[in-house]
Amino acid sequence: MDAVRRYLPAALILVGVLVAWEVSVQVSQVQGFILPAPSAIWAALAENWTEGYAILPAARVTLFEAMGGLVLGTVLGVITAFVVSRFPASRDTVLPLAIAINAIPIIAFAPVANNWFGILSPLSKMAIAAALVYFPIMINVLRGLTQVEESALELMRSYAAGPAAVTRQVRVPNALPFFLTGLKVATTLSLIGAVVGEYFGGLSATLGRVVVAAASELRFDVTWAAILIVSLGGIALYLGVVVLERLLIPWHPSVRGERPA
Amino acid sequence: MTANAPGAPVVRLTGVSKAFGATGSSSTTPTVALSNISLDIQRGEFVSLIGPSGCGKSTLLRLVGDLTEPTGGTVQVNGKPAGQARLDRDYGMVFQSPTLFDWRTVEENVRLPLELFGYDNAARAERTSEMLELVRLTDFARHRPYQLSGGMQQRVAIARALAFSPSLLLMDEPFGALDEMTRERMNSEVLSIWARTGITVIFVTHSIPEAVFLSSRVAVMSARPGRITRVVDVDLPRPRGLETRESTAYFSFITEVREALRAGQGTETDLASVERTAAEGLIG
Repeated sequence: MDAVRRYLPAALILVGVLVAWEVSVQVSQVQGFILPAPSAIWAALAENWTEGYAILPAARVTLFEAMGGLVLGTVLGVITAFVVSRFPASRDTVLPLAIAINAIPIIAFAPVANNWFGILSPLSKMAIAAALVYFPIMINVLRGLTQVEESALELMRSYAAGPAAVTRQVRVPNALPFFLTGLKVATTLSLIGAVVGEYFGGLSATLGRVVVAAASELRFDVTWAAILIVSLGGIALYLGVVVLERLLIPWHPSVRGERPA
Repeated sequence: MTANAPGAPVVRLTGVSKAFGATGSSSTTPTVALSNISLDIQRGEFVSLIGPSGCGKSTLLRLVGDLTEPTGGTVQVNGKPAGQARLDRDYGMVFQSPTLFDWRTVEENVRLPLELFGYDNAARAERTSEMLELVRLTDFARHRPYQLSGGMQQRVAIARALAFSPSLLLMDEPFGALDEMTRERMNSEVLSIWARTGITVIFVTHSIPEAVFLSSRVAVMSARPGRITRVVDVDLPRPRGLETRESTAYFSFITEVREALRAGQGTETDLASVERTAAEGLIG
């Protein structure tokens, strides 16, 4: 009941926007290829779910690419964070490099990745997604591993605990909330990476290609339908991380409901 | 947990000094935190270190615990160098903030040193429940730190410090963040734990009444660079309780400590600054 009350305003606003959108399109008789009404988008979604533009199978492939990129980027990010926290001297070498790589616009990198890994191969989209995921994961985990209370480290020193024990007992649990925050950002980015990669070329049964194909045929209702599915996918992944948080860090103030993450 | 010659002091400080910033760079003049400290602490004693802010009393405690190294003199614990005593896990430490791990329950926090030291499951369970009983928090074993008050969290920290039966307990202003009533209650708890375990305690505090109430001896330190101005033998009968806090002898010991503190402030020309330091931290 608490959850219903908390999200009621947001739900009402959403419904309000949809109603206003539908009404204004009907009333103004604006052309469907400029701004389709929500009802038209819904119809296009239903029509093209498994037939026509086949949004469902396309969504599966895009999700697969995004997940692959998420896993790849996360693994690399976590490894980098552990290495830099274990060897602080490497920080000044690794961090500037990571920041520089992160600054490369994805729009520029996507065609390059397609070229390197094969335009039709899901691997190229995974590479793009991974490139977006890497930095937020790495920087968050690094902070979590290193931003430990000084008194906790003194306590471990008083136990004559070695660096491995300190990492296992203090740094890793401390890093979990930071990691999950990074993951929330990363899941959204992984989808964006996959779809943007597809814009520049890929299997036709992907959401990015559906958007491009439908737009080129002026079927903007289908375009919007595909975008809707991408958004829902992003929301679903985000909620997945929220569930993960409840399971892994129930003790954290953000999870036990005291203050926002 | 290691043999020391009977009658030998548990802690022996000889000519200990500590300077910060003495790394050879000519731009920073080193801050001398401690200067030529010598003190013996015998088995089973309860010794308080008291002094104005910045006098180095916490630094001195950290030297005993080998959390930092002296720039001069020697620190011996249980007849060994402080470093060896730390490796041998001869002491438990309680800090100003409880430093409990949020991700562990109360009993898991108490268990931490036992896990690190390789106790087996049965021994862990036994020691943990014994310690929780000692600090009277058995009912809160499954709670998480955030669900406990500050005083309760410090009790968990004390339970954790004693879990592996060290012979020495180092306490760095553990009750500084607590209100007066809780602090007095915690004082009584610490004394009862001390009486029951026979452990040696070094206790750093800002509070004159607390130092007098708890200790067998109070080492009064001067302002930076910290020296031991005076060691006051607190000859109050034990066990100490409410009557102690209302006795004339108690107040006269408090006065003695206070005067030793004022003497250690250096010249009395700036009376205002002396009064200010007294008001800051020394009024219990």
